Amino acid sequence: MVTGGAGGIGSAISTLLANDGASVAILGLPEDRARTQTLRAQLDGAAKRLHFYESNVGVYEQCREAAATVVREHGRIDFLINNAGITRDHTVRKMTVEEWQAVLQVNLSGPFFMIKAVLETMIEQGFGRIVNISSVVGESGNFGQANYAAAKAGLIGLTKTVALEVANRGITVNAVAPGFIETPMTKAMPPQAIENAIAQTPQQRLGQPEEVAQLVRFLLDEKAGYITGAVYNINGGWYM
Amino acid sequence: MFAGRVALVTGGTRGIGAAITQALADNGATVAAGYNRGKASAEEFALQMEGRGARLSIHQGRVDDVNDCNRVVQEVMDRHGRVDYLVNNAGITVDKTVRKMTAEDWQQVLNVNLSGAFQMTKAVLEHMIERGSGRIVNISSVIGETGNVGQANYAASKAGLFGFTKSLALEMAQRGITVNCVAPGFIETEMVAAIPQEALAKVVARIPQRRLGKPDEVARVVRFLLEDESSYITGAVYAINGGLDM
Ligand SMILES: NC(=O)c1ccc[n+]([C@@H]2O[C@H](COP(=O)([O-])OP(=O)(O)OC[C@H]3O[C@@H](n4cnc5c(N)ncnc54)[C@H](OP(=O)(O)O)[C@@H]3O)[C@@H](O)[C@H]2O)c1
Ligand SMILES: NC(=O)c1ccc[n+]([C@@H]2O[C@H](COP(=O)([O-])OP(=O)(O)OC[C@H]3O[C@@H](n4cnc5c(N)ncnc54)[C@H](O)[C@@H]3O)[C@@H](O)[C@H]2O)c1
Repeated sequence: MVTGGAGGIGSAISTLLANDGASVAILGLPEDRARTQTLRAQLDGAAKRLHFYESNVGVYEQCREAAATVVREHGRIDFLINNAGITRDHTVRKMTVEEWQAVLQVNLSGPFFMIKAVLETMIEQGFGRIVNISSVVGESGNFGQANYAAAKAGLIGLTKTVALEVANRGITVNAVAPGFIETPMTKAMPPQAIENAIAQTPQQRLGQPEEVAQLVRFLLDEKAGYITGAVYNINGGWYM
Repeated sequence: MFAGRVALVTGGTRGIGAAITQALADNGATVAAGYNRGKASAEEFALQMEGRGARLSIHQGRVDDVNDCNRVVQEVMDRHGRVDYLVNNAGITVDKTVRKMTAEDWQQVLNVNLSGAFQMTKAVLEHMIERGSGRIVNISSVIGETGNVGQANYAASKAGLFGFTKSLALEMAQRGITVNCVAPGFIETEMVAAIPQEALAKVVARIPQRRLGKPDEVARVVRFLLEDESSYITGAVYAINGGLDM
C-alpha cells in the first residue's frame, strides 16, 4: 500500500514496486484516480498491478476500509509506505490553526491511522515492512513550515516507537528523510525558494523521485530485516 | 551491477569486511581486500573467493601507518588500474574504563579506526577527484552515538568518523563523490565473540529484535550506498541495529 502513490515521489515508488512484481494499492484523493490512470498508461505488463483506492489518510475510517478492501482483494499486506503529504506554508505569525491542523492530520495522524489499519494483518503474517516518508525539514526546521516540520519530526518519533513495539514480530519500521526532490510539491514553491533550496544543497541540485524510490525499495527487501527504527537521509548533503 | 568497477575494502578478509568483499564480488566488482595480521586466513579467504569466481586481490598493510596506506593504494592501482569505491572497515577495540585506559590504548584505537580512515581516504582521493566519481563508505558503530562503558576510545573514534564523513561529504559534494557512514549495532563477528558470554547475553537482551546482526546484512547496506543510483545520498549515517538505541 502506497499512500499518495500517484503523486510525485509516490508515482516513482508505485512504478518501481509494480515493475518488480508487487501488486500496488495506491491510496489517494479523487484527483489521484486520473493520475493512476496516467501511470498505468506508462507501464507495460505491470499496469495491471496498479490498483487505486480512493481514501483520505487523514480519516481513520477510510484508512481502515482501504486496508480491509486490500486484504479482501489481495489476501495480504506486506508493505506500507506512508508517503501522502501536504504543505500549508506560512510563518507562525500568519499560520492559522486550521493550517496547522490540516498538515498534522495528513502528515502525522495519517501514518498512525494507516499503521493501525495494517498492523494486525502484518502481525498475523509474521512479516511486514513499514516505511514512513519524513523529510530533512523534520530535523532542520524550515522558515514558513512550522506545521510541516512538526509533523515530519513527529513521524520520526512514531517510526521509532512502532519499531520497538513490533521488533520481535518480523516487522520493521523505518523512515526515509528526503531533501528537496523535484515533484509537484516543490514545483509549487516560488522560483526564488527553489533556487535557495538548490543553493543550500551541497550537490547543487534537486533529487529525483526515482532516487527516493530506490531507497524505499531497498528497505522493503526481505533481507533488510535488521534495519529498524532507522532514519535514512537522502538529501544531496543538505543538513546532514 | 559493479562490472568493471574496483573496490578497496580495508579489513576485507574477515568479519564484516569479508561479507562486504563477498557482496561486491558477487555483484561483479573487482575487490582489493586489505588485511593486517591475518595472513593465513586472508590467503584462505582469497582461495575460497576465487573458487566462487570472484576477481580479488589481497593486500597486507596497516591502515594506521601512512606509508602502508599509500603503498597499498599504489598496489591496487598497478594491479587494477582504478579505485571506484573505498570502504573503510578496518577497526579494533581495546576496551577499558577510562580510569584504567592508558594513553597507548587510546591512541592505538584512534590511529586505526579514525586516522586509518583519513589516511586511506587521502591515498585514493586525488584519483577519485581526477575521475570525477567515487564512493567512500566508513563503517562506524552505534557506539559512536551512544557511548559505552569501557569503550571511550572506540566511541570517540566512531563518533569522529561521523564528523569526518560529513565534512568530506561537503567538500566532495560537487565532485561526483559521495561519502557516507554505516553504523551497525552488534554483529556476529570475532569482535563480538571477544565479549564475555554473560555480557553478550545482556547486550542481546537489550536489542529489541533479540538477536545479533549478520555480517551480510551490513554488507547489503554498503553495497546499496555504492550503487550509481545512490548518488543523492551523501553525508548520511545509515544505522542497522535491530532497533538498538535508535
Ligand atoms: N562486530 C560488530 O558488532 C561491529 C559493530 C559496529 C561496528 N563494527 C565495525 O565494523 C568494522 C569491522 O568489524 P568486525 O566485527 O568485522 O571486526 P573483526 O572481525 O575483528 O575484523 C577486523 C578487521 O580489521 C583489520 N584490521 C585491524 N587492525 C588493522 C590495522 N591496523 N590495519 C589494517 N587492518 C586492520 C583486521 O585485519 P587482520 O585480521 O588481518 O589483522 C580485520 O580484517 C570495524 O570497524 C568495527 O569497529 C563492528
Ligand atoms: N518533494 C519534496 O521535496 C519532498 C521532500 C521531503 C519529503 N517529501 C515528502 O514526500 C511525500 C510525497 O511528496 P511529493 O513531493 O511526492 O508530493 P505530491 O504533492 O507530488 O504528492 C502527494 C500525494 O499525496 C496525496 N494526498 C494528499 N493528501 C492526501 C490525503 N489526505 N489522503 C490521501 N492522499 C493524499 C496527493 O493527492 C498526492 O498524490 C510527502 O510526504 C512529502 O512531505 C517531499
